[in-house]
Amino acid sequence: MDPFKSVIIDQVGIEERIARFNSRSIKKQSKIQGLKLALNMIDLTTLEGKDTEGKVIQLCQKALHVADNIPNLPTVAAVCVYPTHVATAKQILKNSGVKIASVATAFPSGNSSLQIKLEDTKIAVDNGADEIDMVISRGEFLEGNYNFVFDEINAVKNACGAARLKVILETGELSTLDNVRKASDIAIAAGADFIKTSTGKIQPAATMPVTLVMLLAIKDHYQKTGKMVGMKPAGGISTAKSALQYLVMLNETLGPKWMNNEWFRFGASSLANDIILQLGKEQQGAYYSKDYISID
Amino acid sequence: MEGFKWEYAPAPEAKDHAKLKTQYDLFINGKFVKPNSKKYFDTHSPSTLEKLAEVAEANAKDVDSAVTAAKLAYDKVWKKMPAKERSKYIFRIARVMQERARELAVIESMDGGKPIRESRDFDVPTAANHFFYYAGWADKLDYAFPNKKPKSLGVAAQIIPWNFPLLMAAWKIAPALATGNTVVLKPAESTPLTALKLAEIIQDCDLPPGVVNIINGFGNTGAAMVAHPHVNKIAFTGSTDVGKIIQKAIAGTNKKITLELGGKAANIVFDDAPIDQAVEGIVNGIFFNQGHVCCAGSRLFVQENVAEVVIRKLKERMETLIVGDPLDKNTDIGAINSKEQLDKINSYLEIGRAEGLELFQTSGSIPSKGYYCKPTLFIGAAQSNRVVQEEIFGPVLTIQTFRTIEEVIEKANNIPYGLSAGVWTDKGSKIFNLTSKLRAGVIWANTYNKFDPTSPFGGYKESGFGREGGLHGLAPYLTF
Repeated sequence: MDPFKSVIIDQVGIEERIARFNSRSIKKQSKIQGLKLALNMIDLTTLEGKDTEGKVIQLCQKALHVADNIPNLPTVAAVCVYPTHVATAKQILKNSGVKIASVATAFPSGNSSLQIKLEDTKIAVDNGADEIDMVISRGEFLEGNYNFVFDEINAVKNACGAARLKVILETGELSTLDNVRKASDIAIAAGADFIKTSTGKIQPAATMPVTLVMLLAIKDHYQKTGKMVGMKPAGGISTAKSALQYLVMLNETLGPKWMNNEWFRFGASSLANDIILQLGKEQQGAYYSKDYISID
Repeated sequence: MEGFKWEYAPAPEAKDHAKLKTQYDLFINGKFVKPNSKKYFDTHSPSTLEKLAEVAEANAKDVDSAVTAAKLAYDKVWKKMPAKERSKYIFRIARVMQERARELAVIESMDGGKPIRESRDFDVPTAANHFFYYAGWADKLDYAFPNKKPKSLGVAAQIIPWNFPLLMAAWKIAPALATGNTVVLKPAESTPLTALKLAEIIQDCDLPPGVVNIINGFGNTGAAMVAHPHVNKIAFTGSTDVGKIIQKAIAGTNKKITLELGGKAANIVFDDAPIDQAVEGIVNGIFFNQGHVCCAGSRLFVQENVAEVVIRKLKERMETLIVGDPLDKNTDIGAINSKEQLDKINSYLEIGRAEGLELFQTSGSIPSKGYYCKPTLFIGAAQSNRVVQEEIFGPVLTIQTFRTIEEVIEKANNIPYGLSAGVWTDKGSKIFNLTSKLRAGVIWANTYNKFDPTSPFGGYKESGFGREGGLHGLAPYLTF
């Protein structure tokens, strides 16, 4: 695939398609299935300057015990932290099946040298990260230096070794859906295992239109090469209802093969608790107090 | 990894709030009255096949009393009423329609088979919007047509089709009332119920008796309306065949007429189009309302160098369409309106097969009960195929390819119809080039099937004449 040949996106058409997804009515059994699946796709995230060992341990405990009072609940997919906290997370999560994702490459701005970005990646991988969430150089992209962006992603991919690479496009800084599509194509061609919308530090973060454009890029790549790429919308998805709308979009765009946490993730921190609240309501027929749900 | 097949659980819209009587009479002079014909006919749900109600059939005498009531109301009340008072009544109808939107939507889907998603999100709100829009014009006609002294005509006989029963009633009644005319309206025989609900709303709004009369029946009823000497204006939406009969019938009279007839629209996709969004537009163009749309984009033209990818993506998208119970909120394609129409569509599927075209239908199931048709493509079609030339009025799309812009313009215009067209390209200059050369009343660029009360709608050639909607929609109800 030639990543520099632009695929044209019509924003109005994208928004109409989203409205159509959002008119789906997800009830009863399909709602419970969807909520559990969404919970199982969450990358529970803490990415703050004030993160400490204590905070990371508490988050990992939450990942292991999302809501033990509800039977047959899946775990979240992963915990997402800064490279310096990977070792701490590893101690708690060990062989639990919950993966450790680490942001790297001078997250969130990505304004640093390739040397430092590769070193950053290496530290995370050496400490035991299963997944690396890198950021692209948005400045270079907007200057039109697409080769630079491609080469950088490719270099980080090589530094990842066995770890899976998620490439954050930071779509809130790319401004147009045409740019989102182009950046998606570049990231996929350069070896991304996942493409991801946002750092969560820039508004707007994940939106459905942006996510749809990225899903369509993944679909075209799959059609051409037979290779699957994962998708991770991150930031701004905080309600169970909105998670279900994303799943409808995923289901009707990429289909059943992508309907698992191997190929789709939600980057979110407060989403898990809203899902638990809604699952509890589905089981008991009424909402219960949020005080019953742990907040870490 | 196989992945997870997520099925949506049934999400049926409740219908207990939709109040239907077992028998409906003729709405004449503000009251429901027994028909002189003494005859009633049944209206059925095309999805469950259950009988929904009995509806009075108007004969020539009933038509005469309806037209007489309309003429009296025109002469004695409506013509003399200050325009701003007229407009208040129209606003009132719009507001009550909004209040009863849910009930109207449910009945529309029960009686006509269209998915509740469409009747709820499109038909009913757009119908109410037409009343709102034309209510605003009622006292501003002198500004709409400056120095032309617009005057109302008298009695308008309006005959509407079964594909958008309530919306077509609104398209017809709202401009007629705003311009100071009175109305005799005949809904289609297979979908009379929402118009009768509208009659109840009109009654509740205290519209002066006789200003709007709603009568039901078949072709004979319509013919009696057209022939009645006190009718000053005829507005018809329906088939081209009936449109021709009407025009013959009024030859030599000075009745004004607007006809909105059939169509076979070209939906043209160029290689520089936003392909995924174009595919969505193709789907909306042909599968909206089961393809029972006179302006449906039923002839797809794809540039040859992108034909393969467009057809593949279109097939994939079609597989996600849910065909089934019109009242389920997740249904994309509901029931075909009647057995007669389903038979007609099926006969065209046979014709297409016999012409040797490649037929594609989606793999999903359709309900065993009721009138249903799977979304269908005829691939590799040509101008010489009957399925390309004739209006099918169902979820059936023919696909033709083209090489150059000149070729596609010529082919798109090579049809007796000229109601609508669609153009998909990222190039603005190409859009303007095509819109000036395509012989169609409505042309959508990078979208399809968009309707708004402010926008005129109507056809070229055998798709009819006269415009409905917008400022242009006032003129056919006025004399200058």
